[in-house]
Amino acid sequence: MSGKLLEIENLTVSFDGFKALNNLNFSMDAGELRVVIGPNGAGKTTFLDVITGKVQPTVGNVRFKGRDLRKMPEFAIAQFGVGRKFQTPRVYLNLSVRDNMELAYNKQKGLWTTLWGKPKTGDKDAIAQLLVTVGLLSKANSPAALLSHGEKQRLEIGMLVAQSPDLLLVDEPVAGLTDEETEKVGDLLLALSAHHSILVIEHDMEFVRQIARKITVLHEGTVLCEGTMDEVQSDPRVIEVYLGHQEDDED
Amino acid sequence: MQTIVEKSPKTPPPNKSRSRLWVEAAIVAGLAIAVLVLLPGLLNLTGQSFRVGLLGRFMALAIAALGIDLIWGYTGILSLGHGLFFALGGYALAMYLQLQIPAGQLPEFITLYGGTELPLLWKPFYSLPFTIFAVMVIPALLAAVLGYLVFRNRIRGVYFSILTQAALIVFFNFFNGQQKLINGTNGLKTDTATLFGQVVSSAPVQGTFYFLTVVFLVAAYALCRWLTSGRFGKLLVAIRDDEPRVRFSGYNPTAFKVLVFAVSAALAGISGALYTVQSGIITPNAMDIGFSIEMVIWVAVGGRATLVGAILGALVVNFAKSLLSEQFSAVWQFFQGALFLLVVTALPDGIVGWLMTQGRDLLRSLFGRSQIMTYPSLETDPEVQYERETLGNRESDG
Repeated sequence: MSGKLLEIENLTVSFDGFKALNNLNFSMDAGELRVVIGPNGAGKTTFLDVITGKVQPTVGNVRFKGRDLRKMPEFAIAQFGVGRKFQTPRVYLNLSVRDNMELAYNKQKGLWTTLWGKPKTGDKDAIAQLLVTVGLLSKANSPAALLSHGEKQRLEIGMLVAQSPDLLLVDEPVAGLTDEETEKVGDLLLALSAHHSILVIEHDMEFVRQIARKITVLHEGTVLCEGTMDEVQSDPRVIEVYLGHQEDDED
Repeated sequence: MQTIVEKSPKTPPPNKSRSRLWVEAAIVAGLAIAVLVLLPGLLNLTGQSFRVGLLGRFMALAIAALGIDLIWGYTGILSLGHGLFFALGGYALAMYLQLQIPAGQLPEFITLYGGTELPLLWKPFYSLPFTIFAVMVIPALLAAVLGYLVFRNRIRGVYFSILTQAALIVFFNFFNGQQKLINGTNGLKTDTATLFGQVVSSAPVQGTFYFLTVVFLVAAYALCRWLTSGRFGKLLVAIRDDEPRVRFSGYNPTAFKVLVFAVSAALAGISGALYTVQSGIITPNAMDIGFSIEMVIWVAVGGRATLVGAILGALVVNFAKSLLSEQFSAVWQFFQGALFLLVVTALPDGIVGWLMTQGRDLLRSLFGRSQIMTYPSLETDPEVQYERETLGNRESDG
């Protein structure tokens, strides 16, 4: 694939006058792994909300695969190829790990096809393969409620991949994980980036260093700068608003 | 962990689940025959034949309970207005029965209030096929329209419950006020009507309705079983667990919720029709708020998200109610309240839910077959179990 996968132009979202996103321009190529960082309140989650259709932009355009996402409801955007992982793991606690995956994997998500459709023969193997990828095959038949926090994170990422979206939006995948689990999730994302376009939002700078190739820094609802980890880290504006703040906190 | 994981998954052979289904079907058929043949005989022998009628009515209510279980137990949407659909089903069949009179005559109450011709609303109810259609489809359509408007606007939780109550009150007041149209607060009597030349309250007709109730209950169970077992059923649970997640997975929850709400309303309509002909009258009191809440109590007592629990709950609560009201006519309602409190505090998963978890362990330990649990987290750890099961055929990995 060539050309821009995701294009955002002059995007502004205001909540009762408060501009969560302010004239934001952003674009992403197909096949890219992009990390978006920014201090609290920079508008990172709102940014994802707009792409997935949860929040409607006040001004501006969001184009995905060349199509305007503005008028599409969330489920249609999801079907169109945008998958989202939430900040806290959101899985179906009362269903087994396998059923969680199966629901996400199912390609025909209409009412009647869900009612009458039977899982195809290849589906089971594909789902098992995905469970291997996220390291949860041995727990496939346990209810998701019994998984640990880290396992739930991995399950949700697995569900996201099962959906086979063209773009994976991953919101703080390592929040609340141990160092070891963080590294596992990082490896998982790197492995996935071979075949998927991924946009990760993250706070954890160690983790960002592990996975990042290109970083976009958000600040006060707009893009502050873009570049590699080193470029971003040496940018004085970034140091001031983001990294600088952290150092201040430590003092 | 990686080494364990890389083995190919074991999928249960399809024959096993199919044979299980046959066992279940056989049990259901056996129970249905028992309820149809054995129980009435037994009750008649012991001079309790009026209880046969009660059982028939309560089984009719169990159909509504299945509907509640579908919408509340599985999908997590608490409807406190199912009495509306129940009443619509009851009225539809009652109107048909009221019209079983010599040609040219009008239902008695219409002439009583000075009416000279049949209201337009009544005309289609001359037809039995239309009536049967109406019993199911009118409640379903109403629920679909109501549900679509509400669910599309993402009204959920307690707000939805309040809206269903509001709809219930609107219809209650409307039915109460329509004296000339549907005999207002007096309701429509069915027991003195004739059906195919027989009085409805006579033994053969009641026997037929008893039979029909069992048939419909089995059919409703089969329908709900089908709906809740496959991918559709899992999606309902998913909507209950996390609706936004469902949406971001690419499903439109509104469509699913509307369909389930409509199906559960249709079940309530059938329930209302069968209940009405067995109790002899339908009045706007079927839309009493208390009755709709009672339906939810049946399911809570029996066990949410277990279909057997819904049926059991409807039967247990109603039989308890009828027995207690015979013995302690003044205070039986306290027992009902106490029962609900007991369930909420001690058995949050209802009778069947309890049986499937703690009850099973209790029984096992009573019969001395308790398993020694050394370290629960180890015993139940699937990785440990997986290792145990697959250690034997390790050499095939090379």
